[in-house]
Amino acid sequence: MQKLLTWIDERFPLTALWESQWGKYIAPKNFNFWYYFGSLAAFTLVIQIVTGIFLTMNYKPDATKAFESIEYIMRDVSWGWLIRYMHSTGASMFFVVVYLHMFRGLLYGSYRKPRELTWIFGCFVYLCLMAEAFFGYLLPWGQMSYWGAQVIVNLFSTVPIIGEDLGVWIRGDYTISDITLNRFFAFHVIAVPLVLLGLVVAHLMALHETGSNNPDGVETKKQPKDPATGLPPDGIYSHPYYTVKDIVGVIAFLAVFSAIMFFVPDMGGYFLESNNFIPADPLKTPEHIAPVWYFTPYYAMLRAVPSFLGSQFWGVLVMAAAVLIFFALPWLDRSPVKSIRYRGGLYKGWLAAFVVSFLILGYLGVVPITVWGQFPDSWPVLGSADRATVVARLLTVVYFLFFLLMPWYTARDKTKPVPERVTG
Amino acid sequence: MMLARTLAALGALCLAAIAGPALASGGADIRMEPAPINRLSLESQQRGARTFVNYCLSCHSARYMRYNRLVDLGLTETQIRENLMFPTDKVGATMMVAMQPADGKAWFGVPPPDLTVEARVRGDEWLFNYLLAFYKDETTPSGWNNLVFPNVAMPHVLGELSGANRLVEAQFKDHEEAQAAALAGKGIVVLEPGKDHTWVVKTLAAETPGTLTQAQYREMAADLVNFLSYMAEPNKNKRVSLGLVVLLYLCVLFGCAYWMKREYWKDVH
Amino acid sequence: MAGGGAGDKFVMADDTLDRGKRRFLVRATSYVSAVGVVCTATPFVMSLFPSERAKAAGAPVDVDIAKLEPGQKIDIEWRGKVVWVINRTPAMLGSLPKLDPKLADPNSNVSQQPANCKNEHRSIKDNVLVMIGICTHLGCSPTFRPEVGPADLGPDWLGGFFCPCHQSKFDLAGRVFAGVPAPTNMPVPPHRYLSDTQVRVGEETKAS
Repeated sequence: MQKLLTWIDERFPLTALWESQWGKYIAPKNFNFWYYFGSLAAFTLVIQIVTGIFLTMNYKPDATKAFESIEYIMRDVSWGWLIRYMHSTGASMFFVVVYLHMFRGLLYGSYRKPRELTWIFGCFVYLCLMAEAFFGYLLPWGQMSYWGAQVIVNLFSTVPIIGEDLGVWIRGDYTISDITLNRFFAFHVIAVPLVLLGLVVAHLMALHETGSNNPDGVETKKQPKDPATGLPPDGIYSHPYYTVKDIVGVIAFLAVFSAIMFFVPDMGGYFLESNNFIPADPLKTPEHIAPVWYFTPYYAMLRAVPSFLGSQFWGVLVMAAAVLIFFALPWLDRSPVKSIRYRGGLYKGWLAAFVVSFLILGYLGVVPITVWGQFPDSWPVLGSADRATVVARLLTVVYFLFFLLMPWYTARDKTKPVPERVTG
Repeated sequence: MMLARTLAALGALCLAAIAGPALASGGADIRMEPAPINRLSLESQQRGARTFVNYCLSCHSARYMRYNRLVDLGLTETQIRENLMFPTDKVGATMMVAMQPADGKAWFGVPPPDLTVEARVRGDEWLFNYLLAFYKDETTPSGWNNLVFPNVAMPHVLGELSGANRLVEAQFKDHEEAQAAALAGKGIVVLEPGKDHTWVVKTLAAETPGTLTQAQYREMAADLVNFLSYMAEPNKNKRVSLGLVVLLYLCVLFGCAYWMKREYWKDVH
Repeated sequence: MAGGGAGDKFVMADDTLDRGKRRFLVRATSYVSAVGVVCTATPFVMSLFPSERAKAAGAPVDVDIAKLEPGQKIDIEWRGKVVWVINRTPAMLGSLPKLDPKLADPNSNVSQQPANCKNEHRSIKDNVLVMIGICTHLGCSPTFRPEVGPADLGPDWLGGFFCPCHQSKFDLAGRVFAGVPAPTNMPVPPHRYLSDTQVRVGEETKAS
């Protein structure tokens, strides 16, 4: 075995790659719960690719056959139902994991210098993931698939001057059709996954160049190495320590994943929407079109922004800005400390406000805009306005202020001194 | 971390708030009866299959359901062929219907939808109540209307068996009074806004009896919905039982892996 | 370097390390995981087998032979392949034992037919041949040449099948001649008689 390894190493940097990327990659020893989600995201990506390949073996990207081919997979293909549920559960779990992974970044300042590029690549991964989910959702060709795609592509049509043509170009047709389905299939199955894989590799390469951050924000790479072990005092080798720890993480994740997949794959209509079991009907718009849960915070913002100067484009701009503003984070944060453990009340307050806004906006994106009724007609300004719309507008502002005021409140915030050694 | 835990709790609260009751369309509120469906009762599903084939299959297809799949319900292929199929069909065929969509549209205004996954669209409770909620209405083309699905194009195919209901409407000026009356009502109750800021409470009263008693018809409806629920997802029972095995396995695996992690991490201080 | 946390030394490997326990735990976790991996891989592998649709399309085909004249051949399709049903005349059947010396496998020792067709005439009823019409060389469909002594096949030809692609020859029971490219007798599909005039191709015994 050793001889084989030596033969390979003389011709291919196998051991070198293993050691630099994982085996002898030095990581801080104090990774906590929030640090599971990176490896879980990679694991979920593998699940989606493998199940996706097997689904592609039986799925037919044709408007007259797509819906039927999914039922074919669910009923006639041996274990097809399991593969389908793995893929649908995996899609939602991917977003759960990625949102928690991003939140870790906000908690511990993982995006701060010198890790800005890791963060930027990560933001691109997030964008690609949203595109991948959007393209994939058209494929079952149910009512929600069709009308959700119709609405989102129409958003592109709101772009001034080029909007109409842009919409037609994206669809390949004057309305969402079989042509659109075929190209979305190509994007979902090969184009975006390839880009995603490339971005994930770049993301990891950037991370390994700077070394990982940790819950205390202490730069362990800067600590002097013990000549006996070759390790800084707060560093450990990823193998075997994070190998065994991440295995536990994966198993716990699989337990949650399996519980959902085997017992509630529909998740009450949030993971597999009831209306999507009706084949797409271009002549019948469903009463209530909402995107899948992971897009709903942005959808709520889109709906909250009123039409201005006769155009809906402002809502689209706000929605785009809400996603793109993440890219700016490394430069908005002016705090001398990285981790929330050493920040003051201002940041903690704003972060809490941001999270609450995100969650409530997410809820509002799922329900009809009339869910909380209207303000009484007699009220000035707010009279007869939908309560939910007003709240959504308020929360959108809070969301943006978390970012836009950050240069100010992070600079002014009371901070605690960061220790030289990690505290666990 | 306190902050993380607080945020997680807030998140959970938000999710709980989402799982609220669904409102019927058009501002109406509907209280439905719970559906007495037992997915583990093969006999019930067999009876439901028979009802479906005898009454529904002439207009509604179930194009994704193969006849030979019905062995799931404890039937043999011979029983399926003899009791549930036309002699010319093969047992591996899907439940297709002779009616052309164009004809369906001409006769009913809309082609009768395929019912294979209808239970996943509507849910068991909705389907059960739909079957109970037909009432006589001279103003519609079929002479029937439905409290759960207003102005439905489908006639009450099971009408002879269930007997006929008539609609009972009560008008109220005050919303609280209307709500109290609605809550006091028996069976399916609809509360909706009426003309000139009034509120209307709609219920059903039995008018003429059918060939089945009320209890018998309810059982027939429950069996049919049980079958529809099965047909929408034939693998459901297998899925759940496999899930139990998988979770048990993962607990064991978790124990091993966690123990292993603890042992290795003794090195790290 | 101010100390923080409990102890500065990171223990990599020393004598207090319980290697035996670690080996056991790694092995235990590996074996339990292996079970999981195999169980997880199984559905994916199984999904590649024929689906219910394929099985339904490949279901047995019933053939009515009431009107099949002696010497007549009809073609039917089963599992995407052409199946010949031929009502052989007594003369045709008579030719079979005469050709035994010229054949590669006169006793049908190679398993190209169901057990109940392992006989001289390679069928259940003597006269009715049910056979997949595909040459065992490279898959062409041979021509039906029941006539005796045609010009192109010579005076010794007593009737049989001739494959135009590479000139393989078979007798009227589908048995392959020696010295031709085809290696084995033509395949007889599983079949059974529902009645004297109804043959079900694709099913050997009565299913439940």
